[in-house]
Amino acid sequence: MSQIGSFALMLALGLSAYSFLAGLVALFGKDAASARLGETARRAGIATFAAVLLAGIVLVAAAFNDDFSIAYIFHHSNRELPLAYKFAVLWSGQEGSLLFWSLLLAGYGFVLRLRYKTDQRLFAYASVIIASVQVFFLLILNFAARPFGVMQGPLPPDGTGLNPLLQYPEMVIHPPMLYLGYVGFTVPFAFALGALIMKYPGEKWIHITRRWTMVTWCFLTIGVFLGAHWAYAVLGWGGYWGWDPVENASLMPWLTGTAFLHSVMMQEKRGMLKVWNMALIFATFLLSMLGTFLTRSGVISSVHAFAQSSIGTWFLVFIGLTIAVCTYFLVLNRAHLKSEHKLESLASRESSFLFNNLLLLVVCFTILWGTFFPILSEFVQGHKVTVGPPFFNRVAVPVALLLLLLTAVGPLLAWRKTSLESLKRNFLFPAVGSLAVGGMMILFGVRPWEDPSYFYATMAAVLAALVIFTVISEFLRGGRVIAGKTDQNLVSAMVQLCHRNTRRYGGYIVHFGVALVIIGILGTPFNKEVEKEMGFGDQINIGPYTLVCQSYTQDDNPNYGNEWAIINVFRGGKQITTMYPERRFYKASQQPQTLPRIYPSFREDLFLVTDVYLVYEGKNETTGRPIIKAHLNPLVPWIWIGLIIMVFGTIVALVPNAAVVRVAATTPVREPAHVGAGD
Amino acid sequence: MKTISTTRFPIPRASVRRWLQAAALALAVIVFMGASDTGTRFKDLGHRMMCACGCGQILLECNHVGCTYSDKMRDQLQAGLDKGNNDDLILQGFVQEYGPTVIAAPTATGFNRVAWIMPFAALAFGIAFVIYVVRSWKNRPTPALADGIMIPHGNELDEFRRRARKETDL
Repeated sequence: MSQIGSFALMLALGLSAYSFLAGLVALFGKDAASARLGETARRAGIATFAAVLLAGIVLVAAAFNDDFSIAYIFHHSNRELPLAYKFAVLWSGQEGSLLFWSLLLAGYGFVLRLRYKTDQRLFAYASVIIASVQVFFLLILNFAARPFGVMQGPLPPDGTGLNPLLQYPEMVIHPPMLYLGYVGFTVPFAFALGALIMKYPGEKWIHITRRWTMVTWCFLTIGVFLGAHWAYAVLGWGGYWGWDPVENASLMPWLTGTAFLHSVMMQEKRGMLKVWNMALIFATFLLSMLGTFLTRSGVISSVHAFAQSSIGTWFLVFIGLTIAVCTYFLVLNRAHLKSEHKLESLASRESSFLFNNLLLLVVCFTILWGTFFPILSEFVQGHKVTVGPPFFNRVAVPVALLLLLLTAVGPLLAWRKTSLESLKRNFLFPAVGSLAVGGMMILFGVRPWEDPSYFYATMAAVLAALVIFTVISEFLRGGRVIAGKTDQNLVSAMVQLCHRNTRRYGGYIVHFGVALVIIGILGTPFNKEVEKEMGFGDQINIGPYTLVCQSYTQDDNPNYGNEWAIINVFRGGKQITTMYPERRFYKASQQPQTLPRIYPSFREDLFLVTDVYLVYEGKNETTGRPIIKAHLNPLVPWIWIGLIIMVFGTIVALVPNAAVVRVAATTPVREPAHVGAGD
Repeated sequence: MKTISTTRFPIPRASVRRWLQAAALALAVIVFMGASDTGTRFKDLGHRMMCACGCGQILLECNHVGCTYSDKMRDQLQAGLDKGNNDDLILQGFVQEYGPTVIAAPTATGFNRVAWIMPFAALAFGIAFVIYVVRSWKNRPTPALADGIMIPHGNELDEFRRRARKETDL
């Protein structure tokens, strides 16, 4: 089996190298022979997907068949591992996840090469660039991090098992989502670089890549949030974001990708920020590579250090080369990227995008700076320092609040110029509403002047409310206009409004989701926790809840043995649920793992929903009683609801607009004119 | 002989007593606040330090099973507070025992200051740059127009905007 896998990877390397080299040569020629050569390169690119897919299938099959002659399977699986996790073995370790990266890239390349007729020349450039990235990953897979390396000596009877932290259902979907995001940014990057090299006229490449970028951004968003939820549900410290270097690595391309999604609209609508957009998409791709480098190299200590090796050098060389190539063409062809229009007013949608980009990049820079500062410190001072949550919270949070303010104000500004009168008219309802929210918080006992964290929480609440009221007012205003003209009720008018300009209103829905996420985060200063050893009938009182230990027991299955407590949760004297915090001991890896249990109080609180979060900390060896740590985490469930709404908004934005102006034109119309206000 | 008071505005004794009592009360409140606030200080300091086991988590949030450091460190922290040591002294003790990486964020001393300054410097530079870009764009000459095309300005432009909004605004 290992031989089939190794052969498939070698074949894939040959095919992708051919796709790259033949495609590159074909780009220089304009005769029929060059066109034929380009076609063979395209087909080689398609065949690369088949070869890498075969390698992926072989690795998964080896996991399913407990083929411990393959070292990777031995180190990441065992006989009693559930099937879903055996499938997840593909991305559980370094070699497998690099193979998965390569497979996803080949998949994206496959789709791109099939759709080449959209614009053959531009697609040929993009195909060559993707092939070059593919060659890099296949070189690593064939020579530095081989997934099909075989075990030396006698065949082991069983594997050492999967890391317990990874044995959680989200493990099956979090990495693929994140990787779909990371890898997906290669496509807009390839188109952008291709368009720059060939001095592609107009902005059509942006239209071509718009959906790719949005889908990729959506995957990355899901990946980042699933990672946060995994940390919340598995690590057991009661939080979801620890500013770990690898978490940071996933957030950085998300930030630059978000900036790109906004600023690219200026290029589409006004022919502005062309150099900036190029730089942003290059940075996003490079940060994706940096993320993979950080996860895999071990250069910075991280809780995600599941797999570390010396392949960091490969990544550094590749990142360096990419920077050199991008900078060279950016400087060489800068004249091609001249702006077509000028900015007319500071109070305009354009300048709000500029500031939005600035703030997103400052947050990104802060995270990058904080992540790498320990290395810099070691170089300058001779010793490392820790840059942990206190640093990021203090520096990034104020900038993020400014960003939230812009998220609220930006949509109210018109393209080119906004009059003060229209700003006042549009801003009044959201401003009054959000100030009322701040007033209510103070009324209910939050004292922002007592503690900086309460101040930030209040500010975040006010600004999140401002975003929500802005979105609502935009929907209401548009809905009323359509309802007035078409005699529909307001709700169906708003649906139609959304359908007429899906990108604009889908974007508003995403903003709404972001505001909900912020609401979920701002509950953090109000968290409570209590730790107690609990015998039969013992109680913990925390907030309005009383937790009563009904019993504690243990169990065993072929994969792990476990201890768990049975905790009845009461509120107002009424039992509302029973929770089972647990601690497992995995047999193959000989590692323990706690598994918290979470109860979100939707039925009791609805808007002020709180997570009751119980952790089985361990057992008092003397008394044999479990030690339970109870957390009350207010508002956290809104984070996950916010994610769902963000994804929904992105899907809406991906739907083609419903109504276009039908023009009985005698000459072909290149782009349909959209009815409705601008994005 | 006439006695000359050295005080320009004599303060009644009762008033002085009241002020002294108030000051003593305030001092007592502060002292007792500090004493009863050990829990808050424990939480605050515990969140300003990392667990030294290498798990990469904040001291009070490290809960991984079998950690040999976090319990010991928490006990040390509590002992420091019970002794009445101030925050700096406690943190200093931890740095001496576990090294500088035990502090969860760079201190505001020496080269570490750069860590704090750079993000805000980047923000300030970015704002200045955006303002420069906006100004230079505003001052950029308008591209030459074909004969016969007039660009509306002022009220005329506003009128066009009003009409356009009326017809297309959603």
